[in-house]
Order: sequence, then C-alpha cells, then structure tokens
Amino acid sequence: VLHTTRPLHTTQQCSAPLPPLPEKGGEVRYGLIPEEFFQFLYPKTGVTGPYMLGTGLLLYLLSKEIYVVNHETVAAACILTVIIYGVKKYGSDVAAFADKLNEEKVAKALAVKNEAIKDLETAIEQEKKEQWRVEGRSYLFDAKRNNIAMLLETNYRERLLTVYNEVKKRLDYQVAMQNLKRQKEQDHMIQWVEKNVVQSITPQQQKESIAKCILDLKALSKSAQAAV
Amino acid sequence: GPLSERRLMDVRLGELPAWLATCDLSPQGLLGGVQKAWSSYYDKYINVKRGGPAGISMLLAGYCLLSYGWNYQHISKISFLASV
Repeated sequence: VLHTTRPLHTTQQCSAPLPPLPEKGGEVRYGLIPEEFFQFLYPKTGVTGPYMLGTGLLLYLLSKEIYVVNHETVAAACILTVIIYGVKKYGSDVAAFADKLNEEKVAKALAVKNEAIKDLETAIEQEKKEQWRVEGRSYLFDAKRNNIAMLLETNYRERLLTVYNEVKKRLDYQVAMQNLKRQKEQDHMIQWVEKNVVQSITPQQQKESIAKCILDLKALSKSAQAAV
Repeated sequence: GPLSERRLMDVRLGELPAWLATCDLSPQGLLGGVQKAWSSYYDKYINVKRGGPAGISMLLAGYCLLSYGWNYQHISKISFLASV
C-alpha cells in the first residue's frame, strides 16, 4: 500500500498543521457505484438514466452470453447475500469499535502534547523567577564588599597592635637596662663608702666615740627622766 | 488550459488521441500515473475518519470483473455434460 497520500512541502512553507482527515469518504450508491456517475448522467437522462443503463447493460450481457450463468453465479449470489447480511447487522458495532481505537490514539497524542506544554510553562515560570533573582545581585555584592572591608580593617588593627607591642617591649628593655645600671652603681658606691669608712675608723677613734656616746646617753636619760 | 496539463475527465472526446500523445508513457511516467491514481482513490474513499464498506468493496468488484475478463475464454467453453 503506497502511503504517498498527501503531497508535503509542495506549496509554500505554511506553518499551519496538516489539514484534518475528511469526515466521510466519497458518496457511493449501493456500495459499488460512486455518486459522480449519477451526477454525470443526470443532465442528459434525469434520475432514472443510470438505472435504465444498468438494466439494459445487464440484459445485454445475459442475452449475449457475455456473462455466463453457471455454478459460479450461484456461489457468488450466496456469498454476496452472506456478506451483505453481515455488513448490515454488525457494521455499526465495528464502526464504533474502530472509532474508539482512533479516539484513544488521539487522546494519547493530545496528552503528550499537553504534558509538553505544561512542562514548558513551568520551565518558563522558573526562568522568570531566576530573572527576578538576578535583580538582587547588587545587595549580594554590597554585603560581600562590607565583609571584605571589615576583614581588611581587623587585619590592619591587629598589625597595628603588634607593632605597638613590639616597640613598647624594646623601650621597656632600654628603661630596665638604665634602672639596673643606676642601681648597681648606687649599691657599689654605698658598699665602697661603707668599706672605706669602716677602714678609716681606727681603734682609738672607736673608743673615743663610744665614750662620747655613753656620755650623751647619760645626759639624755637625765633630761628624759626630768621631763617625765 | 493547454492540452497536456488537463486531467482525463476534462478532455473532450475528440481530443483524446492528442491528449494521449502528450502524456508521459515511459515506465517512470506510467508508474507515476498509477501512483497518482491510487493516491487520489485512497484519499477519497479509504483514508477518511468514518469510512464505510465502499472503499474496499469497489476494489473487490473491480478485481472480480478483471478476473472474469481474464478467464472468459475458459468460462465460455462450458462442456455439454456439466450443463445438463
């Protein structure tokens, strides 16, 4: 069976979908003779023309034995009777069944199409949402900039503190050094003076000073006793 | 319009030989003609949403007539004994 039914892409490119299938086929009378034949003969012979033609043709074929009546004729008659009876009785049921099959096919295709449309619509919405999110870019970058500034500031201050501490440590060292030196000099001088003084006290001087001290003490004690 | 582009139904009886002369009788041309005829028949009677018995019944009737024509010689020689 050749399927080159509808010539595609012969006319200009048009984006409309294919034209739908025709609802009913061409009109046929008695299942065998197309309606066009009757219309063709109507102007010349009226309504009964084709029937007269058919009858005359049939009688001619029979009488001239162009159509031979034999056992096959009987067989053909029986077969035709059975076929016509079957078609008349079960035709509508078969037609309904075929229509149902077609419906299911079309419904499935439609479902696929609707699914695709829905998916695309959700994709569009998500895309729009993403575009809306893009507007918040500036806030994000501001926050990041603030973070970085704060980091820089803290770093700078830490280093400043380190510098200050180091300088103070060095200055304290110098001060401590000077204090230590002065103290050592003082101690050394005191020791030296005491040593020399002790050395210079001769034993005689020591006796004289002790006697003088005793006299002074006696005088003092006398004055103290008098005061009390 | 010009003769070669008209379809068979639009050709008048007297112009038939001339029309036959213009048409393409090579094998490809004949095949194309057969394809076109079948596709127009198929589109009109079979490839429809709610067809009836007409589509195939006409094909079967044509087949019956054709086979009767092919076997006419054999059928017309009915033997005497069988018909009694």
